[in-house]
Amino acid sequence: MRYHYYPGCSLHGTAKEYDDSLRSVCKALGVELAEVEGWICCGTSSRISMSPTVGAALPLENLMLVEQAGGGDVLVPCPACLNRFKSVQHDLEEDSALKEKLERTLGRAYEGRVEARHPLDVLVDLVGSDEMRPKLVRSLNGLRVASYYGCVLVRPPETMGYDDYEYPMVMDRLVRTLGGEPIDWSYKTECCGANFALTRTDIVRKLSCDIMVNARDEGAEIICTCCQMCQANLDTRKREIEQEFGVELDLPIVYYSQLIGLAVGLDPGTLGFERHFVDPRPVLREKGIL
Amino acid sequence: MEIQLSRDVIESPFVNEVLGEAKSLVNNCYQCRKCAAGCPVAYEMDYTPAEIMHAVRLGQKDLVLGSKTIWICAACKTCSTRCPQDVEIVKIMDAARRVALREGIKPKVPEAAAFYRSALFTVKNFGRLYEIGLIGRLKLATRDFFKDIGLGLTMFRKGKLSLLPSGWRRGFRVRTILNRIKNEEGAI
Repeated sequence: MRYHYYPGCSLHGTAKEYDDSLRSVCKALGVELAEVEGWICCGTSSRISMSPTVGAALPLENLMLVEQAGGGDVLVPCPACLNRFKSVQHDLEEDSALKEKLERTLGRAYEGRVEARHPLDVLVDLVGSDEMRPKLVRSLNGLRVASYYGCVLVRPPETMGYDDYEYPMVMDRLVRTLGGEPIDWSYKTECCGANFALTRTDIVRKLSCDIMVNARDEGAEIICTCCQMCQANLDTRKREIEQEFGVELDLPIVYYSQLIGLAVGLDPGTLGFERHFVDPRPVLREKGIL
Repeated sequence: MEIQLSRDVIESPFVNEVLGEAKSLVNNCYQCRKCAAGCPVAYEMDYTPAEIMHAVRLGQKDLVLGSKTIWICAACKTCSTRCPQDVEIVKIMDAARRVALREGIKPKVPEAAAFYRSALFTVKNFGRLYEIGLIGRLKLATRDFFKDIGLGLTMFRKGKLSLLPSGWRRGFRVRTILNRIKNEEGAI
């Protein structure tokens, strides 16, 4: 199996452990990732400028690069990038004038032979398949996991293709396959305030606090996420949140790719746990997973 | 704020500009306020999303473009997803922000506008979002030089911040694209 791979800006920076663990897991499962040659920013964080075209031209340029490299599925681990790609594709289908305008700006035609997908959707089926079962050599031993999806992976549903956009179960199913215990909780798709990670951090602290308190109260031992902005906001602001709101939160925030990595027996030292602010290793040791 | 209502106000070019760019209807809105109820950041807004939708309908340009709400919207899309009348609330907020920038209206939440501007600056120069560049540019824009310094140092120690931008050669391609848009539209 071979997929195009668009890591996005943060997986080359603040979310390096997401990139590393995803690549290792794909390798272990026999999935080849071919990084898109010459990819540029997806346009999410610059979509608000004077021009309405900037936020559409940048993602389309990337889709064109994928098409040029043969087209087909491209795996996009960052939900914001994925959302941008799917949104522009959706807009192009409905608006042929926009398509013409963008093709003129970018200097080439786009046939639409590309499908952007989140790696979670690909991996959950793969890990759950009978042929991969023998590769799952380490169980999560009933670790109680809150699956946290965030906003833009599931919304808007008509663009992102999620039927269960208020209460998705994809990651929960994955956790169960890996031997963990998915918990029921209320903040699966609530916003962490990603937009404000560098500016209105007061908003980030309030929203992230509500999310973590609910996960803790419902009995989670760890939060599993598929978005590096959610991961960063919950993980790095934990100490400030505890001080500001007088709560105690010992919840590590890990990626689904790291949990799969553990399950397929990868060396925990290569999964990047040491890069997190709240170290997940103590609870993993306590559960006998490490 | 005093509300002026007349046919000219309600049918002003502002309404067409915002709704045309958002490709959304707003007259379907029957003020059920589901958007306001589900909005995670409504507590920081001066008008709820439902009030902004109503103000757009009534052509209240100064109120909408001068509001905190359009800049506080986190674009989480909970409102648009739940709207029983399919009003594209987030797209309307996005369009209102762009109109405010084009008209040179001082953003009520300046740091939110500075974030988008700084992001565009780094993408224009490096082709990708260069995190340290973004943070530096943002500090210049907000003059808040000490915010999150400790956090930044910890991230750096954990190898989460790269000193050099990745893939900087792509900046040339992005500049070409942005220049073409600028030539066509007058400004980015």
